[in-house]
Amino acid sequence: MKQPALWIAAGAIAVYLAFASFEEPDRPALKPEPERKPSPEFALKDARGATVRLSDYRGQVVLLNFWASWCAPCRQEIPWFTEFEREFKDRGFSVLGVAFDERGWTTVAPYAQRARINYPVLLGGDDLMTLYGGQDALPVTFLIDRSGRIARMHVGAAGKSAYRQEILDLLKADT
Amino acid sequence: MTKTTPKLAALAIALGSLAAAQPPAVLSVAGTPPSLQAKIGATVEAKLPLQLRPGYHVQSNTPTDKYLIPLRLTWNPGPLEALGVTYPKPKMEKYAFSEMPQSVFSGNFELTTKFRVPEAAIAGPSAITGKLRYQACNDAMCLPPRTMDVKLPVDIVR
Repeated sequence: MKQPALWIAAGAIAVYLAFASFEEPDRPALKPEPERKPSPEFALKDARGATVRLSDYRGQVVLLNFWASWCAPCRQEIPWFTEFEREFKDRGFSVLGVAFDERGWTTVAPYAQRARINYPVLLGGDDLMTLYGGQDALPVTFLIDRSGRIARMHVGAAGKSAYRQEILDLLKADT
Repeated sequence: MTKTTPKLAALAIALGSLAAAQPPAVLSVAGTPPSLQAKIGATVEAKLPLQLRPGYHVQSNTPTDKYLIPLRLTWNPGPLEALGVTYPKPKMEKYAFSEMPQSVFSGNFELTTKFRVPEAAIAGPSAITGKLRYQACNDAMCLPPRTMDVKLPVDIVR
């Protein structure tokens, strides 16, 4: 009698953990490949006026981060992303930052310089936000696999270790 | 069956309306402010009661960092002349994303404005309008800065 009860309890815990892993932002949890949807294409300008397209990064693992200079949780994450860019760029990984500041480059460019952001920073607007699910809050971060599909979306700040693990998993899976 | 159908239809419409309704703003005016009695030539104080969605905070009028957007109440030119706004004492709160405590407002709080009623004011019911600029966050994310219209009914008397 005791054994079935143990199995049921173990099953319940497994189900809880499976769901919890998707709900908790600090827990690394990539979507299974068949469930991944294509990351919508965009073309945005960087601070020098050059056009950057998401499709330019096809074949790489991309961390796409939506942020704003007035957003304190966004500012906490940016040094991590700078570190990831440095650490993983030679393995086919890139970070793209898209800022959603009302005043545009006037506020974004000085901050990007001060924060020594070492990856492309672009300016986004409502159209892009709608294209990516219409989230109202920042930060929002997408992990995109080498085939250009969204493997994970984080709404709100997540843990550095969760991002790192997800990047490593995507780099491993796609090589 | 025929009696219950209209009730079900009404329920469906009500539920549909609820589903279609916009979610309430994170920051809103608490209740309906009572009409402000304002005597010509005198100064009066008006309180604007505000409520924040649980779990959220707004930056105070004196945020701890320059990049944060302060709460700011401004009044449009109208029947009363705004002399100054008094903000409550901010709370210093520490969040998962911040190394230092931040100066914020949360829960329910009030902003007090002192108005002067000009001698040239016309007696009778009127209203003063203004704008409240704020930026709200919770422990993990921030909402874009918003500007909310505010309105206070005024009864100007001699």
